[in-house]
Amino acid sequence: MLRIVKRAVIVSAFLWVMVAWGFTFLLLGLAQLLFPFQANGSVVQFHGHPVASAHVGQNFATSLRYFWGRPSATVSPTTGKPDPYDALNSGPSNLGPTNAALLQQIQAAVARYLATTPGLRVHEIPISLVESSGSGLDPDITLQSALIQIPRVAKYTGISPHVLRRLVYQAARGPELGLFGVERVNVVQLNVSLAKLLRHS
Amino acid sequence: MSISTVATWAVVIGGLLICAKPLGLYLYRVFTFQPTILDRPLKPVEDLIFRAIHVSRESSMSAVEYGVSFMLTNLVWAVMAYVLLRTQGLWPFNPEHFGNLSAGLSFNTAASFVTNTNWQAYSGENTMSYFSQFAVLQFLQFVTPASGAAAGVAFVRAMAGRPLGNFFVDLTVFTTRVLLPLSVIFGLFFVAQGVPDTLLGYLHLHTLTGATQTVPRGPMAGWEAIEHLGQNGGGFTGANSANPLENPTALTNIAQSLAMGLVPVAFFYMFGRFTGRTRLAWTLMGVAGTLFLAMLAMIYFPEAAGNPIVNHLGLLGHANMEGKDLRFGLGGTAIFETSTMAFSTGSVVAAQDSFLPIPGLAFFLGMFLNMVFGATGVGLLNMVMFVILTIFLMGLMVGRTPEFLGKKIEAREVSLTAIAFLLHPLLILVGGAIAVSTSAGLAGVFNPGPHGLSEILYAFSSAAANNGSAMAGLNAALPFYEIAIGLVAIIGRYASIMVMLLVGESLLKKKAVPQTSGTMRTDTPLFGGILLGSIMILNALTFFPVMALGPLAEHYLLLAHHLFS
Repeated sequence: MLRIVKRAVIVSAFLWVMVAWGFTFLLLGLAQLLFPFQANGSVVQFHGHPVASAHVGQNFATSLRYFWGRPSATVSPTTGKPDPYDALNSGPSNLGPTNAALLQQIQAAVARYLATTPGLRVHEIPISLVESSGSGLDPDITLQSALIQIPRVAKYTGISPHVLRRLVYQAARGPELGLFGVERVNVVQLNVSLAKLLRHS
Repeated sequence: MSISTVATWAVVIGGLLICAKPLGLYLYRVFTFQPTILDRPLKPVEDLIFRAIHVSRESSMSAVEYGVSFMLTNLVWAVMAYVLLRTQGLWPFNPEHFGNLSAGLSFNTAASFVTNTNWQAYSGENTMSYFSQFAVLQFLQFVTPASGAAAGVAFVRAMAGRPLGNFFVDLTVFTTRVLLPLSVIFGLFFVAQGVPDTLLGYLHLHTLTGATQTVPRGPMAGWEAIEHLGQNGGGFTGANSANPLENPTALTNIAQSLAMGLVPVAFFYMFGRFTGRTRLAWTLMGVAGTLFLAMLAMIYFPEAAGNPIVNHLGLLGHANMEGKDLRFGLGGTAIFETSTMAFSTGSVVAAQDSFLPIPGLAFFLGMFLNMVFGATGVGLLNMVMFVILTIFLMGLMVGRTPEFLGKKIEAREVSLTAIAFLLHPLLILVGGAIAVSTSAGLAGVFNPGPHGLSEILYAFSSAAANNGSAMAGLNAALPFYEIAIGLVAIIGRYASIMVMLLVGESLLKKKAVPQTSGTMRTDTPLFGGILLGSIMILNALTFFPVMALGPLAEHYLLLAHHLFS
């Protein structure tokens, strides 16, 4: 018994050095050397200040002037209260398909879009725009989800729908390699280009 | 089905098929200690380890000695993990100054990572220091799948009529020759695609809307690689592979889905090479592959059709997108979820709790069977367990002495196999029964109605199958679940591996009987069909009643637009 434990400790010590330290620092070195931008969080700058990580969505729904991302169910890890797009506590709503709360949340999200967007009708709203994401940090919406928000953004920013449309199409990204995943609009990047426009005008 | 879905599935499934043979042959060379491409850099290091513990590569152990080495080594890791997590505040690489973990959470996390379950009652990004992530948990994500693979290869050697081998040698070479090189390749790809890999602290941002956001970073890319290559499934963050930091694109999603299956599928081929029966290996892979495709269909098509209650609102589109991120596409989400349940990984790319009932049933199927390739080595043990049971049942029906690989299957093997088979439902059903009949267990339920029962059953199935995913509405941070899940994971892991090693040794000691025209062939599509049928019948008899109360009841209530509050 004792002989086996001794062997276990020795083998574990060697493997610990190899895979916990050797592997981790080898990859850290290669990552920082070859892909420093990605390795440090893909930081998006706006006028010289870091405002976002390109991969992590943000809660734009507090402002009527920006495009909104998908509903986020994250809660603050410190207060335990709802805090959309809290990247320190990624996670979904966990609402099951027969939970009445799920339907209420979807209906509330739909109602908010209808109330704030001139001329919008229910059958134009994509389901994904009113159902919350798995991470609570989804940075993307579908192209249609961005297009239907144009009347609202135009109304509250004064930028013409025509210009906003061009902005949305510029921000749209096709599937990876033209084949994998879906066409989508990164809301963070779309709003950064919108903010640049607002600053100029 | 869109072209994107077809292409995504083709890459993952095609990749697994193409790699099965070459990687299986490589595994065979590694475990028979033949020269391989990485000899030059790695052999001197391995020799150093073997000299330090006075064993040679060719040495062998008895089944009991092998099993005891396996368990004691795991115990050493568990103690180490518990102590390091409990004292987290003392260690370096902690830029966010996270404190010590509680005793309950330290036990639960150590038990779940050492058993390769990787159930998480915490969210990494607000609990774990970088040191805990890479020096404790990532370390376990390397060595625990290696110890499972070691147990698997010992069993395979016994089946092939060879000595079992030495646990410490198998543990070492699988880590150095298989997991390490593959992890470097996948890790680099993940960084290139946008997964952070840094020791810098969290990113503090002032957003365009005047708010603040803190984005976690850390040594994530290497973690993602081994998390999936070792069928571990513990996420760096709470949302696991749904988090855009851990899984930023449709391509990383494909790579992770593929990484989970590469070694388990190749392990089946290696079994065929060891025993000289590659046709048998392909037959078993065919059975597992059929179940894999069935699960994929059960997950994708209902989700694409959507939730009938939500669809009644008349919105655009109809897929169920609650709990799913957009970038993978529904096809990408479905193949990842199928992989994680089939290969017993337990990482998730969407909220298990928010899937419709039929996909939920597919998740349960993966965990109940635990041999749809399963985790490396362990999945094969479970598959052979069903093969032995099937041969026994067939032998009873036609009145012949059952044989497998030229060895007679007799009372001792059948008894041991039956114990291994019955242990799994025992843990799930008894555990679930205790939870639903105590207020401590019911206190954790989040969703009302039959879905709540599914949440509890899911937790115990996940622990018993060492899967580690959760219907995460369930409050796993309650002391009841921290302790119960930890215990179930431990029994589920060690008891069944130990029993199957004894079966292997028992067969090894028997004299081979020559194959005659009266021998039942096990390498034919006919046997594959019978095996599939027995697997389904045995599991339906065990689990159908409880599934009828959970996902099936929910399915029909959903069709009737019934809501619970």
